[in-house]
Amino acid sequence: MSETASAMAEPDGAGRFGRFGGRFVPETLIPALAELEEGFREAWADPAFRARLDGLLKDYAGRPSPLTECERLSERLGLRLLLKREDLNHTGSHKINNVLGQALLAQRMGKERVIAETGAGQHGVATATAAALLGQECLVYMGEVDMERQALNVFRMRLLGAEVRPAMTGSRTLKDAVNEAMRDWVATVETTHYCLGSVMGPHPYPWMVRELHRVLGAEAREQCRALTGADPDVAVACVGGGSNAAGLFSGFADVPTRLVGAEPAGGAAVGRGVPGVVHGSKSFLLQDEWGQVTEAESISAGLDYPGVGPEHAHLADVGRAEYAAVTDEEVVDAFVTLSRLEGIIPALESAHALAWVIRERESLAGQTVLVNLSGRGDKDVEQVSRLLGPAAGADRGLR
Amino acid sequence: MKAADGFLESHLRARRDGGRKLLVPYITGGIDPRWIDLVRAAADAGADAIEVGIPFSDPVMDGPTIQAASERALDQGATPGSILDDVAGADVDVPLVVMTYFNIAFRVGVERFAAEAREAGISGMILPDVPMEEMGEWEPAARAAGLETVMLASPLTPEARLPVLTGRSQGFVYGVNLLGVTGERAAIGDHAASLGARLKAVTDLPAIMGFGVSTPDQAAAVAAHADGVVVGSALMRRVLDGEGPLRVGQAVADLRAGLDGG
Repeated sequence: MSETASAMAEPDGAGRFGRFGGRFVPETLIPALAELEEGFREAWADPAFRARLDGLLKDYAGRPSPLTECERLSERLGLRLLLKREDLNHTGSHKINNVLGQALLAQRMGKERVIAETGAGQHGVATATAAALLGQECLVYMGEVDMERQALNVFRMRLLGAEVRPAMTGSRTLKDAVNEAMRDWVATVETTHYCLGSVMGPHPYPWMVRELHRVLGAEAREQCRALTGADPDVAVACVGGGSNAAGLFSGFADVPTRLVGAEPAGGAAVGRGVPGVVHGSKSFLLQDEWGQVTEAESISAGLDYPGVGPEHAHLADVGRAEYAAVTDEEVVDAFVTLSRLEGIIPALESAHALAWVIRERESLAGQTVLVNLSGRGDKDVEQVSRLLGPAAGADRGLR
Repeated sequence: MKAADGFLESHLRARRDGGRKLLVPYITGGIDPRWIDLVRAAADAGADAIEVGIPFSDPVMDGPTIQAASERALDQGATPGSILDDVAGADVDVPLVVMTYFNIAFRVGVERFAAEAREAGISGMILPDVPMEEMGEWEPAARAAGLETVMLASPLTPEARLPVLTGRSQGFVYGVNLLGVTGERAAIGDHAASLGARLKAVTDLPAIMGFGVSTPDQAAAVAAHADGVVVGSALMRRVLDGEGPLRVGQAVADLRAGLDGG
């Protein structure tokens, strides 16, 4: 029990979770990271800050998000399937939890300019939203390829008053957007807060972002107990950087619930990666024999990232959480299945978690399985419609 | 050819103490099949040490020019191994310093990477994403191999941190004289004077300033506040534009003349 409890404890003084994490950044950023850590500690301990954030989460973002029991799909799968509905948050995903916290923190620390990176656009939209709410200047870096895949979210960010700037180097996806955001931050660190979108990057980001998403795990646990009288047997979330999974897992770290992260087969950093250092921390990383970071490939722009948050690397290392890869094919099937059977169109990211459950249904028979539905699929509908054609995948998924 | 231990610092100190402003050109390893000729040309044109970049796929401290140079080198198949092999045959009489990112060293193993770099003739190492707090793995490996680790100081480095940082730096201390990434700038900014003075106040180690230094005039202006300059993007832009060792050597000679007041 004590081991599970400590599995998601605060990182050590150097920002490490076991042998992962740290602060591998240029000297120019060191004072800013120290300032950010101190600023977050103070804010997090300040009842007035917490009350303001809780108020925004409730009255602006729409928390608590519901827990939905999926009766039809449960019956088909032979298990009890519960969905934590982060898709029903304002801006359509769990990302808003983290962003409202960081935007308030930036305001408290006197930084009026906020920058962010985004893959699928959900974090960018959330950041642009919070910036509009708080009157902050906002610039979002997005890979050029992702801007094409997620044109609607690009428009949404611009509508919210943010500038969206394409990352044109490398694979022109999320990894490169992170590079551009870090370059911007090195140049503007005195006046700018980098609103990092996942549990990655240098300390204190992985810890801070997990704490800001802890709300979803805590709610899910309370709701599960109220509904079923017990903790779920399994809690599943998709993992790119891993922020929604970190939030969910934190709710169940100290109970025997099995924790599962679903990675895209083409970007399975835990499954296929080896320890490496990129974007400020040490974690599992897809890379070649010489240490060059290799490109992740996923149907979902939000999971198209060659690394994973350092705490996930640690949880895998100590065996507290397990990570499994699902294919794009399985993801599209899950996307169609949930839409058909429950009237819920999930984000392609979230469909990864569901795809794992569908594949493993026999071994999960009779169990209570909680899936974090981290986002809604509006942004992905056009992409999937191109894939499935006019028949909308009538021959796909469980029917 | 393996140089003597401590060559980087002793060489730079000797030249500085002789009244010379130090010039450290940066060349991206593998940017051209005959890139070692660029290194030789730079040495012949008056470089006091040469920084050799081992390209990394995600160079967050670098601006567009060095990024493009790194990308070209990687596209042409350059690897840390091939670059060190090339260096081993360079036969230049000034110290060579590698600039790369930590993952390149970490992937092959820090001990092996340090030893192989030293064996190839490298005297020093610059790892811009390894601040003091993360030196725990690298520092012992570098010391064991006889590599001098050059630390970077920033205009934002706090007062109390600066002497600790320079105390751990070997070879020279690399002053980043602007907030931002590498790359040519129209103006040199206002950090060079203050950072140069702050470094001089806490260390006798050669203090060499880099980032944004492009022209002979800028080199002279920045070097007035320090012991010398690093110039990278302005040279790599020439190579990306198709210029060869002759023209690059001439550009280094022009920088040299600028520093020498010529």
